[in-house]
Amino acid sequence: MYAQMVRTDSDGVKSLDEMSPQERAFQERIDRGEKIEPKEWMPEAYRKTLVRQIGQHAHSEIVGQLPEGNWITRAPTLERKAILLAKVQDEAGHGLYLYCAAETLGVSRDELLDKLHSGKMKYSSIFNYPTLNWADIGAIGWLVDGAAIMNQVPLQRTSYGPYSRAMIRICKEESFHQRQGYDIMMKMARGTPAQKAMAQDALNRFWYPSLMMFGPSDKDSVHSAQSMAWKIKINTNDELRQKFVDQTVPQAEFIGLTIPDDKLAWNEEKGGYDFSEPDWSEFYEVIAGNGPCNRERLGARVKAWEDGAWFRDGLLAHARKKEGRRAAA
Amino acid sequence: MSHEWPLWEVFIRGQHGLNHRHVGSLHAPDAEMAIRHARDVYTRRNEGVSIWVVRSSDIAASSPSDKGPLFEPANSKIYRHPTFFKIPDEAGHM
Amino acid sequence: MAALLDTAIDRASLFEFLLRMGDNALVLGHRVSEWCGHAPVLEEDIALANTALDLIGQTQLWLGLAGEVEGQGRSADNLAYLRDAHEFRNLLLVELPNGDFGRTLMRQFLFDAWHLPMLKALAASSDPRVAEIAAKAVKEVAYHVERSADLVIRLGDGTEESHARMQAALDELWPYTGEMFLSDAADEAVAAAGIAPAPASLREGWRDTVAAVLAEATLKEPAGAYAHKGGRSGRHTEHLGYILAEMQFLQRAYPGSTW
Repeated sequence: MYAQMVRTDSDGVKSLDEMSPQERAFQERIDRGEKIEPKEWMPEAYRKTLVRQIGQHAHSEIVGQLPEGNWITRAPTLERKAILLAKVQDEAGHGLYLYCAAETLGVSRDELLDKLHSGKMKYSSIFNYPTLNWADIGAIGWLVDGAAIMNQVPLQRTSYGPYSRAMIRICKEESFHQRQGYDIMMKMARGTPAQKAMAQDALNRFWYPSLMMFGPSDKDSVHSAQSMAWKIKINTNDELRQKFVDQTVPQAEFIGLTIPDDKLAWNEEKGGYDFSEPDWSEFYEVIAGNGPCNRERLGARVKAWEDGAWFRDGLLAHARKKEGRRAAA
Repeated sequence: MSHEWPLWEVFIRGQHGLNHRHVGSLHAPDAEMAIRHARDVYTRRNEGVSIWVVRSSDIAASSPSDKGPLFEPANSKIYRHPTFFKIPDEAGHM
Repeated sequence: MAALLDTAIDRASLFEFLLRMGDNALVLGHRVSEWCGHAPVLEEDIALANTALDLIGQTQLWLGLAGEVEGQGRSADNLAYLRDAHEFRNLLLVELPNGDFGRTLMRQFLFDAWHLPMLKALAASSDPRVAEIAAKAVKEVAYHVERSADLVIRLGDGTEESHARMQAALDELWPYTGEMFLSDAADEAVAAAGIAPAPASLREGWRDTVAAVLAEATLKEPAGAYAHKGGRSGRHTEHLGYILAEMQFLQRAYPGSTW
């Protein structure tokens, strides 16, 4: 997902009996569905895991501006240009909300950015793939945002108050993103043969990377079990992936596009589709920095940050001068 | 290494005359710019008509451990809630 | 007035004028949108996208009306995506490359300081369609200039580096500001018809606004009086061709498609 493979510093979920009274009270509050708020006591591992998860999610939003931003200046109509710009702007906003949520856990946005820029923190693997034709913008909205929403909707109920509130705001704003993506795909798939070919090409390239967004199977992962006990992860990766496939296949059929998987078949017994796993070795390569666009994406963020240092410093210097003059007056 | 802009909490009063409501936070070098940033960040969908910003470090908050003493007394004063009073249907809407 | 507008020559002048308004918004909106995802801080990234969105919206209105006035069935998209560089009527100022963030903001301010009084005057246009568009745009642009002026002041009077960058931006852009106040037959025709102010009439107000902001920003107004020109009549810098190559790529490569 936007946060993939988040470590928890835990070697297994403790039972209530094994916990200290403080830990136990904390876990019981979560079990009752209470929200944990910033200054309340929380296990250090809970705090650190959340910083990693929310930070990774925030980084994904701002790096995620880049592949779509790549087409803002080439959008084919004025309306498409405005819609795309508004959407990419929303992503910056979502990054901002999430950084603010992380900041309530005692880490600053600058520290998080520093970790992103130095490669110590990751962002979602999906944004290391290139956008090569206009239909990719449709595919991103339809598949990538579709996959993200699948994870974000349940996260509105996450145990950490500021994270939950950020997700509520984000989900509300994101509702148009997936629709605009599908709308582009629909236009392309029903357009000229060249447009239809672009749409199919985009689906072919984005299908497996989208499935990878949910992360590798985690049914046996201690990290996932701990995160689920803390309600900072609500569903397993496999559950969400299945749900995503089941939702997406009929949408592809509806517009006459073919999912690039010859093993794809409806399984009556489980009430869902059987489908091929993505190539997980590719996933680990992308995570390790060897995706098609890793260097460019991170490079662009680092450049924006470094080139902007004089601007941020200049404004701060002015604010201090003004403050000084006010105090002197 | 540049220095980080301070954090501000943003409160917005919407179209419908309700109180200012906390909507989130942001970074800005001073109050004036914080208001402008709030306009750009938090009213992209026409959400507000009035904006307040407060430096996060200036907010005095109740301590979580006081939650019992601060809020539980209000729990027992159920007569403050309209549903406490049973009004016969015949009396009409009230 | 209505009778005047019906004559072919005045229709051509009005079309020309509307292209100038629309192309300024289109090309500047395009340049500003190039920052999306690359601005120095998230809050500015979001703010700048708002400016670009306003400008794209204004483009749709001005070029939409231009197509209507021309009467050849061209839509705003046709005009934006299917004209070549020599048919564009924007100021050279708005097509210049962004440069650093300071230059982008300085250009925005120099343009906004002209754009706002222009729109205010247009809100009282004798042509109700022009007045209606201006009335909508004027609210957006009032915010643009508030923002860009404030940032020019803060960065001019910020650190040594930010001051030097803003001064360099000003020196670079200054020769491109004079074009805003030049006048040709089309301008005279629309001014005579009460549709738009004469360009020169906006010069004094612009100078006052700019002088006040530069003074507060501790920046020095460049001395040279030379003004580059040509954009308003279709003679552009080399940069516009590349903007259009990028912007129009899909419409040109796949003609007749709907998107």
